[in-house]
Amino acid sequence: MKFTQRYLGVATIVTLVATIVLGLWVTPPATQAQGGDLARLLYIHPAIAWVALYVSFGTTTVASALYLWRRTRSMVMDRIAYCAMEVSVVYIILTLITGSIWGRPTWGVWWAWDARLTSTAILLVLALGYLALRRANDDPEIRARRSAVFGILIALNVPVIHYSVLWWKTLHQGPTLLTPGQIAVHGSMLWTMLLSFFAFTFQFFWLLRARYRVEEQATQARGIEQADAIAARQREGA
Amino acid sequence: MMRTAWLVATKDLRVEARSRVLLWQVVPFGVLALVLSGLALGPAAAGKSSAAPGLFYLVTLFVALLMISRSAGIEHTPGTRESIATLGLDPAGVFLGKTLALTLELWATGLVLLGGSVLLLHTSLVGTLHALPSVLVTLGAMGAAGTMYGALTAGVDGPATLLPVVTLPAFAPLLVAGERSFSAALHGGALWEWWLIVTVALVGYLAVGVLLYGVLEES
Repeated sequence: MKFTQRYLGVATIVTLVATIVLGLWVTPPATQAQGGDLARLLYIHPAIAWVALYVSFGTTTVASALYLWRRTRSMVMDRIAYCAMEVSVVYIILTLITGSIWGRPTWGVWWAWDARLTSTAILLVLALGYLALRRANDDPEIRARRSAVFGILIALNVPVIHYSVLWWKTLHQGPTLLTPGQIAVHGSMLWTMLLSFFAFTFQFFWLLRARYRVEEQATQARGIEQADAIAARQREGA
Repeated sequence: MMRTAWLVATKDLRVEARSRVLLWQVVPFGVLALVLSGLALGPAAAGKSSAAPGLFYLVTLFVALLMISRSAGIEHTPGTRESIATLGLDPAGVFLGKTLALTLELWATGLVLLGGSVLLLHTSLVGTLHALPSVLVTLGAMGAAGTMYGALTAGVDGPATLLPVVTLPAFAPLLVAGERSFSAALHGGALWEWWLIVTVALVGYLAVGVLLYGVLEES
């Protein structure tokens, strides 16, 4: 496991550094009409949003589904779902922040009542609700079951966010990058952008692995504390 | 499953009919919230029917929270869960029954609030009647989702505050789609797209509920 963590760390650092170098110095600035240097946000914002909306929520959903399926039910799945959701909160906040940095000069406001922005903010509140729900349940089994069901319910909202740019009139750009025959980014800019997707995906799994280890150790510590408390009571009784 | 659903639905509706909380507390709260929303907007804006669909759904959301909390609370009175477990009732049937009861209660309150929006917010009667089917489907989706979220938050620490935190964001897409379909019925526009979103949400929540309600009952 430490081996995996180390490789993930190396892959994250290498791809992130390469993204930064390519994004800031190698790729040309976009035309003024396309935002000039501001367009360099393309090298982080879509990749962060990809991790926030699809990778992290996908991980939580799959882990929750595996927990609910009796054959694969284990607290490992519950911990993965929880840790992925906690890390995803960071990425959703980063998505909103980088989106606002883009929006201020482009749209003239830090926040617009745009379908994609609003639905992403709603997803953030749902993710925080997931964490609140976990804190409200003391029993690990009950907490795991309820969290798993909520994890699945939250996943129903991800398609709404994905298609929001198509369903509603929105300021946000449509899904041009993944639309066949309509790739609007070319050359070194496209490759840098694709690299950023790998970099942030590696980073997510690196953080997830680290957070999982912390959670695992916290669970072990709680177990030791409980055992100590029971032993202390038994000594008092003896 | 359908027989269980019918038994649970009639049980919930009977509890509601005997307690009369819906009639004397929830519906008046909804009407009051509608009046206060109009006051908050001011007479000029409230009098325009463009604000009415949004206000109607906003008030309905708050009313729905009260109903969801009550509906979930019925199952958490001492001994109820044990009785259900002992009887071996199909959890999917319990979910469908609770959803049916909650939806019927939401429909009843929704009809009163629609009447309120015609009287207080000056929406056209014909347009409101045109919007009625989409309102009923949206409230049905809220009923299905609400039953799941109510079961999720029942019996935890601080359910009164946790329920809105987890439910309101999940209702947001329903609120938007419902408001747009209501507006389209009043002022013209694409009605079927919003119908589709709400219907997919209803089917999605029903499917998830039928599959997973039993997991929540276990806990």
